Amino acid sequence: MTQSVVIQVGQCGNQIGCCFWDLALREHAAVNKKGIYDEAISSFFRNVDTRVVGDGGSISKGKICSLKARAVLIDMEEGVVNEILQGPLREVFDSKQLITDISGSGNNWAVGHKVFGSLYQEQILEKLRKAAEQCDCLQCFFIIHSMGGGTGSGLGTFLLKMLEDEFPEVYRFVTSVCPSGEDDVITSPYNTILAVKELNEHADCVLPIDNQSLFDIISKIDIMVNSGKLGKTVKPRSLVTSSARALKKHQKPFDAMNNIVANLLLNLTSSARFEGSLNMDLNEISMNLVPFPQLHYLVSSLTPLYTLADVNIPPRRLDQMFTDAFSKDHQLIQADPKHNLYLACALMVRGNVQVSDLRRNIERLKPSLQFVSWNQEGWKTSLCSVPPVGHSHSLLALANNTCVKPTFMELRERFMRLYKKKAHLHHYLQVEGMEENCFTEAVSSLSALIQEYNQLDVTKGMPVQDLPRLSIAM
Amino acid sequence: MSIVTVQLGQCGNQVGFEVFDALYSDSYCSQGLCSKKENEAYQASCKERFFSEEENGVLVARSVLVDMEPKVINQTLSKAAQSGRWKYGQHACFCQKQGSGNNWAYGYSCHGPKHEESIMNLIRKEVEKCDSLHGFSIIMSMAGGTGSGLGAFITQNLQDQYPNALKMNQVIWPYGTGEVIVQNYNSILTLSHLYRCSDALLVHENDAIHKICAKMMNIRQISFNNINQVLAHQLGSMFQPTYSAEDSFHYRRNPLGGFRDPALYTTWLKPADAFSMWKTQRAFNKYEKSATLVSNSQFLVKPLDTIVGKAWNMFASKAYVYQYTKFGIEEEDFLDSFSLLEQVIASYCNL
Repeated sequence: MTQSVVIQVGQCGNQIGCCFWDLALREHAAVNKKGIYDEAISSFFRNVDTRVVGDGGSISKGKICSLKARAVLIDMEEGVVNEILQGPLREVFDSKQLITDISGSGNNWAVGHKVFGSLYQEQILEKLRKAAEQCDCLQCFFIIHSMGGGTGSGLGTFLLKMLEDEFPEVYRFVTSVCPSGEDDVITSPYNTILAVKELNEHADCVLPIDNQSLFDIISKIDIMVNSGKLGKTVKPRSLVTSSARALKKHQKPFDAMNNIVANLLLNLTSSARFEGSLNMDLNEISMNLVPFPQLHYLVSSLTPLYTLADVNIPPRRLDQMFTDAFSKDHQLIQADPKHNLYLACALMVRGNVQVSDLRRNIERLKPSLQFVSWNQEGWKTSLCSVPPVGHSHSLLALANNTCVKPTFMELRERFMRLYKKKAHLHHYLQVEGMEENCFTEAVSSLSALIQEYNQLDVTKGMPVQDLPRLSIAM
Repeated sequence: MSIVTVQLGQCGNQVGFEVFDALYSDSYCSQGLCSKKENEAYQASCKERFFSEEENGVLVARSVLVDMEPKVINQTLSKAAQSGRWKYGQHACFCQKQGSGNNWAYGYSCHGPKHEESIMNLIRKEVEKCDSLHGFSIIMSMAGGTGSGLGAFITQNLQDQYPNALKMNQVIWPYGTGEVIVQNYNSILTLSHLYRCSDALLVHENDAIHKICAKMMNIRQISFNNINQVLAHQLGSMFQPTYSAEDSFHYRRNPLGGFRDPALYTTWLKPADAFSMWKTQRAFNKYEKSATLVSNSQFLVKPLDTIVGKAWNMFASKAYVYQYTKFGIEEEDFLDSFSLLEQVIASYCNL
């Protein structure tokens, strides 16, 4: 069994990260009744004997003493991290896992990337090496950040190159929160495009997330919860948005949204952590969903969003779960995969679902989806026996689909509108190491990516032709 | 004459368990529908073939379990131990921490050479426990990374180290529509390599077994457990010993009986030689009468052709190929595999 290390960068990254650790603890507590430190828990947590002074002896077996998250928390302001350290999760983090500053990046990618990057490079490297040493077999880094600001965007992507150089064998999965059209940070298009270039070049896999989509999901749940008929019968802990805090109604404004992302990460890793009849490890995600190295942006959708508690209401048919996964309501970014081209698709199922359920639904949904000619049966599936807390089953769909192209094109649009006027450019150019060609290179990188998707889109709708095979002389 | 089983990867280990369980259940079931002496001979023969015995009489499967990550092996070992009827050897398994990522190249070129010695040692230990080794049954899937890639590598090693022993690969053919996206690549690489070093490839198609579960057994929610159990049942009925009552080491060849239609056979093989039937009085799995058909026919041409076609289409676009070249399997290796399989298809078609 392997381990993963979570690197949460910036305000958004740390807030999501916090929700993730909360949910991860909850999930393992529900599964691990005997309190024995096992391989599943060790994927994200160390077991530490806190009576031992100093580095805190790591214990690899036996009863759980004190669980410490395999995490590195980075922020150039202290507010968020301090809050985490004073909150209910304070025992889960080691003060040695943190890197903070006080001045913040001022929503400036250049400050995050160039200034703080060089300032904290050694420290970050040291913390990462430590975290890696504490792993028996480190398989993956999960980086959580937002793209619109300065720290998460700039410093978060600075990390990627470092990770690639220092730990070339370890996967880099990035969860990136993208700014929406009405972002209140004016320079977010600059920050985002500069970040995307780094993601293009140094990430193995990117899961883009859109605040708008998260918000829509919450609205949908609110309607369900508050509507007369089904209202009070929704199991509170089953909400994809819920956390321990939510139950006490102290939920902070972004908590609900962040919990959705946290659930995404839990479901993504469930088949690697828990047993099932068809396992899927993290290295299989990359292998199956990334046909060409540059095209590594995956659209995710989660179902169900909640579970009904009232047993008198018949459980939603299993098949409904599969249908929902392909509905835009359940996606975590604004995109339209059904009207675009699938390069590959993964269905990661948890709970009491069997292979025949999978097959039946794939057959049923296939006709309405368009797959690229060389991957007509491009499905990767996994069955994990352990469902998420509060559910009997769940489904995470990951799609590599050309529908991300419009999102990239829009980003480029917004960028060009600012750049043409050289608006706010001086804030960036005055940072040492930043020049105009950083911007032009970033746009080129994005344009090249868009072009790749274009070339695939051109093949959409064309009849699939079998290519001539090798002929053998008998 | 003993058979040592090598179970590789998630599929291989899950199926392997069911096979030994089926063999045990059949051997030790009370309704043999034959004489007591016959039953005892049957039991003894099955035991010798597939199990060794510990001092306290506990049966230990003649099997080596291999996987590149621990979850499935752990489950398999505990399932066997919990049954209380038979178990796997304590030190009969080889495990790593990180799987093969559905990558044939990783299984074949990385895990293979790295763990060759350890795995072959385990196999040797198991072989040494046998009075006489008849051969190997290697259980693997084609679609993933460990069963397929490492399985091909190990089979090659077995060919080198045990040239006189029979090597029979139980190859599990994935569902046509995706379990793994790169399953067609993994399949053609596996088949082409096995072709060169295996004595027999016994193919088990998930699609076919699924139909059996759905149509003939009327199972509504079919799980991989169901699939594996049907597979094990088929394998078990083929593997179980067939003896005559007179002489317990005599494989009875019965020249009488059906399947005599010459049209079914190729011209260069006389019906008498092509068809071998082994009979036993003893019932399998409590059925009064049962028959198992193992055939070498053109039946597999269509599925093989389909897989080669899909793999070829994907290869033409070069999709995913970088994942293989990363670990030492070059485009040329793909082309070699394609040529070999096209030849196989052509040979079968020319019959």
